[in-house]
Amino acid sequence: MVEVGHFALVLAFALALVQSIVPLVGARVGDERMMAVAGPVTMAGFALVALAFVVLMISYARSDFSLVNVWENSHSLKPMLYKITGTWGNHEGSMLLWALILTLFGSLVAVFGANLPASLRATVLAVQGWIGTAFLLFILVTSNPFVRLSPAPIEGRDLNPILQDIGLAIHPPLLYLGYVGFSVCFSFAVAALIDGRIDASWARWVRPWTLAAWAFLTGGVAMGSYWAYYELGWGGFWFWDPVENASFMPWLAGTALLHSAIVMEKRSALKIWTLLLAILTFSLSLLGTFLVRSGVLTSVHAFATDPSRGIFILCILVVFIGGSLALFALRSSTLTAGGIFHPISREGALVLNNLFLTTATATVFVGTLYPLAVEALWGEKISVGEPFFNLTFGPVMVPLLLAVPFGPLLAWKRGDAFAAAQRLMTAFAGAFLAVLVTLLFVDRTAVLASLGVGLSAWLVLGALTDLALKAGFGSVPFSTMLRRLVGLPRSMFGTALAHLGLGLTTLGIVGVMAFETENILAMKPGQTAEISGHVLRFDGIQPVQGPNYTESRARFALLGAGGQVAGEIVSSKRFYPVRQMPTTEAGIRTMGLSQLYVSIGDETSDGSLVVRIWWKPLVTLIWGGALAMMLGGVVSLFDRRLRVGAPSRRQRGLPRGTETVTS
Amino acid sequence: MTRKQKRLSIIGGALGFLGFAAALTFYALGQKASYFYMPADLASATLEPGQRIRLGGLVEKGSIVRDGGTEVAFSVTDTENSVKVAYTGILPDLFREEQGVITEGSFGADGVFRADSVLAKHDETYMPREVADGLKEKGLWQQETQ
Repeated sequence: MVEVGHFALVLAFALALVQSIVPLVGARVGDERMMAVAGPVTMAGFALVALAFVVLMISYARSDFSLVNVWENSHSLKPMLYKITGTWGNHEGSMLLWALILTLFGSLVAVFGANLPASLRATVLAVQGWIGTAFLLFILVTSNPFVRLSPAPIEGRDLNPILQDIGLAIHPPLLYLGYVGFSVCFSFAVAALIDGRIDASWARWVRPWTLAAWAFLTGGVAMGSYWAYYELGWGGFWFWDPVENASFMPWLAGTALLHSAIVMEKRSALKIWTLLLAILTFSLSLLGTFLVRSGVLTSVHAFATDPSRGIFILCILVVFIGGSLALFALRSSTLTAGGIFHPISREGALVLNNLFLTTATATVFVGTLYPLAVEALWGEKISVGEPFFNLTFGPVMVPLLLAVPFGPLLAWKRGDAFAAAQRLMTAFAGAFLAVLVTLLFVDRTAVLASLGVGLSAWLVLGALTDLALKAGFGSVPFSTMLRRLVGLPRSMFGTALAHLGLGLTTLGIVGVMAFETENILAMKPGQTAEISGHVLRFDGIQPVQGPNYTESRARFALLGAGGQVAGEIVSSKRFYPVRQMPTTEAGIRTMGLSQLYVSIGDETSDGSLVVRIWWKPLVTLIWGGALAMMLGGVVSLFDRRLRVGAPSRRQRGLPRGTETVTS
Repeated sequence: MTRKQKRLSIIGGALGFLGFAAALTFYALGQKASYFYMPADLASATLEPGQRIRLGGLVEKGSIVRDGGTEVAFSVTDTENSVKVAYTGILPDLFREEQGVITEGSFGADGVFRADSVLAKHDETYMPREVADGLKEKGLWQQETQ
């Protein structure tokens, strides 16, 4: 059974080699039969990797400890959900998931790319084949999950308890769908460079893949953030940890790519830049994989480390990034550059967006890699943390956020900044009001925070203004407006939703950073603690036996105004005996958009319990906003103009009168 | 504006912005990168009062003192020197005697290190990488501390 998976993986590697070479040669010599090999081989490769993955999953579900990988990372008492998700809760399985998603995307290109020019399709699939070859070889040589162990141990060593959470079922697959989804953009870019041909239709083919990858990555990063928030018990949502930055950099670059591809599609400009961004975005995904998987960094993501793996991934990194950039340097001059355009225009705004986003990516890049470089070159250890990013990333992002509402309101070719500003007066007034309200009624000293609230309101109202104007708000009867609103292209809703989500996330971050309150105290049963108007009573601690852990569960009653119990919060500490590891299960109660977060510490000598309580105002908006962004991406994806198989761009089906503002 | 002027002004603006970002980055790296020290490094280091650093090492055996409330005192050692650390709050799950730990904060006037965060970040061998490397450098790395 297990050997079937192993064999399938080897076979998939062999097919990936075929996929890498035959279609490429076919595309060069114009042999249609050779080009036609690409599709079936890609899909067969996906089926084989999927088979290997399922076999590994079954081994986990059955707790087959004759596999080293299962023995090291599972335990027979573990709940079934974590047995299954544990398949990718370790280095080998996680790389197999990577390869699975890579081949999945290859197959999707093969299926949905039927209307691509045959040579482009063949070349794109061949480039996917190169990536597949490299990673399957990596798995087979350094990270084989199918290595047997004899004699088979009776019990496994259990999964890292921090990973025994529903988050493991969601975060890694979403994140990988994002990371690896950008490989399609990369393959399209490299194929365009090899073909030496690129035009607006290239952007139309690439944009859905960018959108899909971006939406997944948005969800993956947000889910990772929420998971860390509730699982680590520190109540932080973002630590500027190198591992987080590793996923944030491709997101920033991918966001830039998403926007520059629009310019390329609509205005046939920024072609070479878009190509470069496509290459860079996937390079950053590879870099992220390297940082997390090589053991360069210590974190919950870095499973037991092995230097040979790091060197192998580094080689993949150097070959793919170096190779694609060299190809870019050699071939980009043969591509025809796009035209120059007026700075005050939709495309001008999108260029500004790209400038800010790539600069922001660069600051995160420096902050993440500089300490590694310093250590490698001079052996000195430094750590770059939040203060660095507040000082660099912040000032770069604020002007971008200020500019966001203008973008969709500017016309293509030659926009009118003054007119756009006039149309945004309502949004501006609303933002100003938000600043005043925050200053007057929340906190008279919080000047910066109220400006932050204003910025968020500006983004949200700006996005709503955009939609309202496009539906003809104020100039047509209400019923017509509704009809127009429904008839608007989905991508407009997508844009507005994503920009609105950005505003919500900003508001959540400002709310938590400026208005969070915290209370650390030692509590005895029956004692109460007050935080930001909420009263908590500690009701004692009791031991609970879980399937593969013991738990000390502290119960807190949330008291209402009259002293009656209005709710309960349970915060606990677990101990996993197999790994000898404790974990914190924070007690969280969502109240409106805010959360009460309770984390418990040790019991002191006199029988009281150290408790840390946070009031986190508006915190849920951080992830709610990200969800809105993700949804925006998905809605855009279903725009009929963007469909991979969209036959013609001329049939737009737009309501009359909106032509000038279409995106 | 002619086409060329337009192009130049766009490029100029972009370069100006990049320059601004680069200047910020260098400033931030000079100012804010907090450095990592082991207790033995402190003798030769010149720290200004209140300067934020990260202090890493092992939690010295028998040094953990709780005041019965939320304050904890312990010592961080690299087995040569040790430094007293004061911290208020909940210690991480993996905080324990003779395990690697990284604290962040600054020295008070009394020579006690006031930590505002304590990390017991580690891989599966329960040792923060910085601490493990530091111990190896000093030749104090013992397999059994793993």
